[in-house]
Amino acid sequence: MSTIDVNGTAVEVDEEGYLVDLGSWTPEIGTALAKGDDCELTDNHWEVINFLREYYEEYQIAPAVRVLTKAIGKKLGKDKGNSKYLYELFPYGPAKQACKYAGLPKPTGCV
Amino acid sequence: MSDVKKFLYVNRKQPYGTIYALESLEVVLIGAAFEQDVSLAFVDDGVYQLTKGQDPSGIGMKNFSPTYTALGDYDINKIYVEKESLEARGLTIDDLQHLTWEDEDEDWAEKDSIRVVSASEMAEIMDQQDIVLSF
Repeated sequence: MSTIDVNGTAVEVDEEGYLVDLGSWTPEIGTALAKGDDCELTDNHWEVINFLREYYEEYQIAPAVRVLTKAIGKKLGKDKGNSKYLYELFPYGPAKQACKYAGLPKPTGCV
Repeated sequence: MSDVKKFLYVNRKQPYGTIYALESLEVVLIGAAFEQDVSLAFVDDGVYQLTKGQDPSGIGMKNFSPTYTALGDYDINKIYVEKESLEARGLTIDDLQHLTWEDEDEDWAEKDSIRVVSASEMAEIMDQQDIVLSF
């Protein structure tokens, strides 16, 4: 089991860098997870991360990227609900990468 | 697309105590990415999977029933529940979660996903499928 350092505290992550204890997530952990990928989180990133956390809270799953794109478009507007915008924010795959920083499991069906 | 197949996932077991219900749901969500024609059937104790107010905290399980309400987001909107199975268990459609989907072609009008059908209608639905997966 590997760990990452968050302000002096060791936090457990799995072999792919996803948080092990989903309940322990804090925005600071999100920032640290992103930092590990050399990703600086902006307000636009947080908008998506917070959206994913709300979605997970309501439905108990991380949405597939197609579902995420559609839902973001509905909530934040068409200029954000498209794969170009989301891939620019999260080049490793919006659902996969944003879920990681949001402290959620990998989306169901995501390989 | 010419290679769209009709898939029916048949759910027969109670939601907890075995892993079938959760596994079926996960397969359905994964399969949704392949843009096939997907339907779900709930018969026998499987109808309990859709009931409202599930609380499995006493047996240390996660309540995954909220996930059924996300099926509409995955364009899964043909959910057949067998009438006889509901009646045999003293249930009606009002005991089930209200599952809906939004019709993009009609300005996102909200529509019901659940259709209660008789055993003979269910047999016809099964007969129309290319692939039936039973859980």
